[in-house]
Amino acid sequence: MRAAAPIASMAQFLQVLLSGLSTGAIYALAAIGFTLVWQAARTVNFAQGEFVMLPAFFVLIGVHWLHMPRWLALVFGLIVAVVVLGLLFKKVVVEPMLPNGGLPLIIATMALSILLKEGAKQFYGAEAQPFPSLFPQTTLHVGGAVVSVQDLMNLIVSLAVVVGLTLFLNRTRTGRRMQATAQNPRVAEILGVNTRRMVLYAFLVNAALAALASFLISPIYLAKFSNGETLGLVAFIAAIVGGFNQIRGALAGGLLIGVLDNLTATYVTTEYRAALPLVLLIAIILWRPQGLLGVDEGRKV
Amino acid sequence: MAAAGPSWRRRGEEGLRTRRLTPILLLLGVAALIAAPLGRTDYVIYVLSSWLTFSIAAMGLNLTLGYAGQISLAQASFMGIGAYTTALMTLVGVPWLIAAPAGVALCFVVGLALGFPALRVQGHFLAFVTLAFNTLFFLVARNEEWLTGGSYGLSNLPRPAFWAFDTARNLPFYYFTLIVFLASAALMWGVVRSPWGRAFRGLRENPVRAESLGVDTRRITLLAFAIGSAYGGLAGALISPLVQYIEPSSFAFSQSLRVLLMVVVGGAGLFLGPILGAAVVILLPEFLRFTEGYYLMIYAAAVIALMVYCPTGLIGVGRRLSDRFSPKREVRADMKLGARS
Amino acid sequence: MIGPKFLAAGALAAALGLNAGVALAADTVNIPCVCELSGAGAVAGTNFHDGAHMAVDEINAGGGILGKKIEMTDMDTQTDPMTSRALIQKAIDSGAYAIMGTIYSGSTIVNMMVAEKAGVPQFTGAEAPNITEKHNPFIFRTSSGAEKGVPALTSYFKDHLKVGKIAISWVNNDFGKGGHDVFLAQMKKAGIEVAADVPSEQGQADFSADVSKIKQSGAQAVFVYLNEEEGARFLKEARKQGLTAPLVGEVTLTGQKVIDLAGGAAEGAIAHVGLATSAPVPSIEDFVTKFKKRYGRDTDHNGIKGYIGVYAIKYATELNGKFDRKALADKLHGLTLDAAKYPNMLLTTSWDANGELSRESFITEVKDGKQVVTGTVPAN
Repeated sequence: MRAAAPIASMAQFLQVLLSGLSTGAIYALAAIGFTLVWQAARTVNFAQGEFVMLPAFFVLIGVHWLHMPRWLALVFGLIVAVVVLGLLFKKVVVEPMLPNGGLPLIIATMALSILLKEGAKQFYGAEAQPFPSLFPQTTLHVGGAVVSVQDLMNLIVSLAVVVGLTLFLNRTRTGRRMQATAQNPRVAEILGVNTRRMVLYAFLVNAALAALASFLISPIYLAKFSNGETLGLVAFIAAIVGGFNQIRGALAGGLLIGVLDNLTATYVTTEYRAALPLVLLIAIILWRPQGLLGVDEGRKV
Repeated sequence: MAAAGPSWRRRGEEGLRTRRLTPILLLLGVAALIAAPLGRTDYVIYVLSSWLTFSIAAMGLNLTLGYAGQISLAQASFMGIGAYTTALMTLVGVPWLIAAPAGVALCFVVGLALGFPALRVQGHFLAFVTLAFNTLFFLVARNEEWLTGGSYGLSNLPRPAFWAFDTARNLPFYYFTLIVFLASAALMWGVVRSPWGRAFRGLRENPVRAESLGVDTRRITLLAFAIGSAYGGLAGALISPLVQYIEPSSFAFSQSLRVLLMVVVGGAGLFLGPILGAAVVILLPEFLRFTEGYYLMIYAAAVIALMVYCPTGLIGVGRRLSDRFSPKREVRADMKLGARS
Repeated sequence: MIGPKFLAAGALAAALGLNAGVALAADTVNIPCVCELSGAGAVAGTNFHDGAHMAVDEINAGGGILGKKIEMTDMDTQTDPMTSRALIQKAIDSGAYAIMGTIYSGSTIVNMMVAEKAGVPQFTGAEAPNITEKHNPFIFRTSSGAEKGVPALTSYFKDHLKVGKIAISWVNNDFGKGGHDVFLAQMKKAGIEVAADVPSEQGQADFSADVSKIKQSGAQAVFVYLNEEEGARFLKEARKQGLTAPLVGEVTLTGQKVIDLAGGAAEGAIAHVGLATSAPVPSIEDFVTKFKKRYGRDTDHNGIKGYIGVYAIKYATELNGKFDRKALADKLHGLTLDAAKYPNMLLTTSWDANGELSRESFITEVKDGKQVVTGTVPAN
């Protein structure tokens, strides 16, 4: 009987750790896209949470209204997301506003988040909708903790995305052009890079990542118009805490927040669990604004 | 070299053109405010009081954001601090005239305390820090039931009574709010016109240059932030007796966004901007009620359009319209932005 | 600058033009519906609204109340307490005879002061205990508050499930806190130990920490006091982690919405329900069929609240024989409307002097993906 207690608590620790990693992996996907858009166009997208909320609804429209088979609806959802949240967003919202500067763009993206949220509510419905899981529901037992296939796939997909994206940005020509555009658009332009197109790619990739995050998270979160509120905030925090100018920073930030949130809720306090990421955010911004894995950009005079 | 940059930052001296008309218009404005609630229903009077209260909060944020260029997303939490302080004190019998200034002073101090570390970072980072602060405030207000009443809130908050003037009914309360509003607006006018105000604006236009000219940017921004927060506290001190019930979700981040919207939609950095913006944000939903669930969407789309076409807000739109209709005064292009090298 | 001044003046003029009154013909009675049609409470509010309108149309088709047709205007509070307060004022200004709404406890506790001051009876769907503790003679519930509902479960835990240790998972807002506080008091009285007290946030999606804590605590049953979506997520996580203790809720846990969202994980969930749309009571079954026919969807307990609230106004007014707000309130205090004589109340309903509602209720369980009534609890 003596041995049961530490084993039981070890199992509990493992449970919340693994669940935290799984949720954190999804936060990471949202944060990565957010970072990309920031780097490429200096745009803080306050509607990022809604970008993750919406693609699930596109899929549901495909399944319930257009009577597509599930796999086709997912592809449909992805394409619509990339077009609407990537292309249209850039052309209709961001581009006209870039000359006006930072604040109007922030306000516009805040208004956009309201528009998307209310739009989902009015046109689809206020109630949460079940969303089909991409993976079988089987569970595995790891050292007393229960892990689902979904949990594992979240982690694997996020890692794959980070690795793939990093390779793409560093090894391919387009990727390097995107990096050049992000670091110094004027020089890149002079050197013959089509900066406008590179910026567009960043938005398209963000939309695709948001869609992916949406498909992975909606089976658990359920598709609901208000999902964007929490997801958006966590995406910002993950991106900033991890490091705004590094892709792996967003991954690290997302995982860290997912795990710490669960650990706090289990071992420290449930009423203030939401405070932890906020305190972390404040601490990082004040003492290490480039984030845990970020690179100090130095002061721009 | 003329200052380049986004148009909403480039602004010359205000009021150059119509100085003579200003006192008359001012008098008319005040008269209109006095006459506004007469003969109206309780509901309309209540909405007007609400508008004036939020105008005070928006004016404060306008100082921080519009004049000093600091993005604060925490105005609602300062309103909350002011509201809870006033509520707790008036519930034990402390008169409003003592409780409210206490709340305002507390907000000023908290503003200084928050601003001191936070203003080391700029722009978006400051926005996030203030956002986090606001959410933390909400959590504390919700969890610390012994102090704030938690989710249940504080109810039966008394309306102040001054000798013969009892504000229990909506109409006298409106005039009470009006007096506070006019006093705070006059004070804000004084601040904006003072050397501090000019320093704020210099800071917004070009912080590096301001610093090189000897402006202590840190102290100035801190001051703007603290004063803006104090105004938020004053608005909160009015909300407690207005609604006579407060609870944490009224002061959550979404409310900060609302106040921000008021400032930006009206016209950031312009004196009347926040007042107009508050009118739009509070009154417009009344007119759009017939659209039922769609009105928030229409509203959001309108804000986006406004940001795209006229980021200086509605006053900017007004300016463009008045430019068309009033006789054109030739202003030398190189003098338009003042004497700058 | 002329521009901004003109605009400000224009805004003021527009404000002055606000028309808050609605001219009513002499042969109608004004009963506005002030409810949550957008925001967090949109689902509850919409159901309440739809149920109320169905009742209004039925009553009007039958000649109205004392010969006057009901005129029901809708006002959306956006689930914001301050907005709801303003709208109740607006409703009163327009000459409301009685008011239907609001549903969220946070809004109701604010706006009912206004209705009380004006002496207008208000029929709320809110369930937080403090609403009927304020000695407001003009507030009336349309469903039992938590202080009536939760104690019904105490005997279920003590005598039926025979548990010695229990855990509670509750949503940390005014609704959840109300139920939580009543529950703790009840458990203390019954001598049952609360092994885990786990609050969660409204809208929370990840319940792994919550479920794991409950598992660790060795609780023999779990009282689940969450909203529908969180309830569904909790059930799924509990199923995943293999939490075997019975999961017992109040009001929402066995609702159709939860069953739809949780799928197989809802199997075996138990709930005490004041108004079960699945109750094998003919009047309720009729109601559900009528609602589905009219609106094309199933409703929940909020639809029933809206429906019976309007009928309560009709019946009590007719018992008085006149339209008198104070008389209406007085009549309702201590009134029992027998469902046999007043069929559209669906169940025999009583109100006490504080506006608290008493009614028979049900214990339900999810069996084979459906909500099934397994027992009744007499009115307390």
